[in-house]
Amino acid sequence: MTLLTPIEKTLINGWQNGFPLTSNPYAQIADEMNVSEQTVLDILVSLKQRGILTRVGAVVRPNTIGASSLVAMAIEPDRLEEVADYICSIPQVNHNYERENKLNLWFVVTASSKSEVDEILHKIENHTGLKTIKLPLEKAFHIDLGFNI
Amino acid sequence: MNPIAQSKNNEGADEIDRQIIVATQKGLPLVAEPYDEIANQLGISSAQVKDRITAMQERGIIRRVGIVPNHYRLGYVANGMSVWDIDDDKIDEMGERIGALDYVTHCYKRPRHLPLWPYNLFAMVHAKTRQEVEDKVAAIASILANVDRGHDIIYSTKILKKTGLRLCSPKKAKNNV
Repeated sequence: MTLLTPIEKTLINGWQNGFPLTSNPYAQIADEMNVSEQTVLDILVSLKQRGILTRVGAVVRPNTIGASSLVAMAIEPDRLEEVADYICSIPQVNHNYERENKLNLWFVVTASSKSEVDEILHKIENHTGLKTIKLPLEKAFHIDLGFNI
Repeated sequence: MNPIAQSKNNEGADEIDRQIIVATQKGLPLVAEPYDEIANQLGISSAQVKDRITAMQERGIIRRVGIVPNHYRLGYVANGMSVWDIDDDKIDEMGERIGALDYVTHCYKRPRHLPLWPYNLFAMVHAKTRQEVEDKVAAIASILANVDRGHDIIYSTKILKKTGLRLCSPKKAKNNV
């Protein structure tokens, strides 16, 4: 497991939400943490290099810009790798997980419209000869504000 | 830089909003003035970038702006998707209760796909061990006791791909809207 220094933990827990929209946001964070701006930037670069920081940026609510759907597929074990590689190669697929279930591949397709999502699923079914199960979000009960680590 | 078309998209997000989202999905640059850099890329002012991000947050298009950590790398490797078959007339009420639990990171209503997929409520639980996931799911089960017609936990065994939101080119998007 990757260990965090106390200052890294403070930074991650303190700024998953409410990132400053000011000209020098890292300097503002640095002020509140009583460290230098360069320290904040160095920590973020280090977290990024270690694969701990995905990004600093906006988390967008699904289906407000464009359209997306969760999709599940049941794939025989001996074809899983081939099909998973193909799914990953599709630019509109932005999450792809192997899961322990009869439905063993789960991914999210994000495109500019519902019809484009459907076109992509159609393409996947044609290419693989397998069914896709579309499970679009109907209602969100949780506002993702990050969680303490 | 060409002036950007003001075509309206979903919920009032215009083309400039889209471009700001695309630019920030890759991450704000780790430089002293990140909004200036985004502004330069898009050929608009940094004040416009900040104002539009604020406006998109107010309209609910952007949920949050901040550090997006990779939980898997932080030891949250037991990523359990709990899925529930809940009475349709109770799902909104129960969804709100489950979504409010601090260990539930996502909570969504989705369509069933019978007979293969009977579940209509998804509650994602992140934890460091499967035992911890199971304890949390047991706690959810006790809340849902009377309306739970069956549930399961589906663990991810491998993250094959995880990237920020991808949007296709504005030109193509416009044709499809």
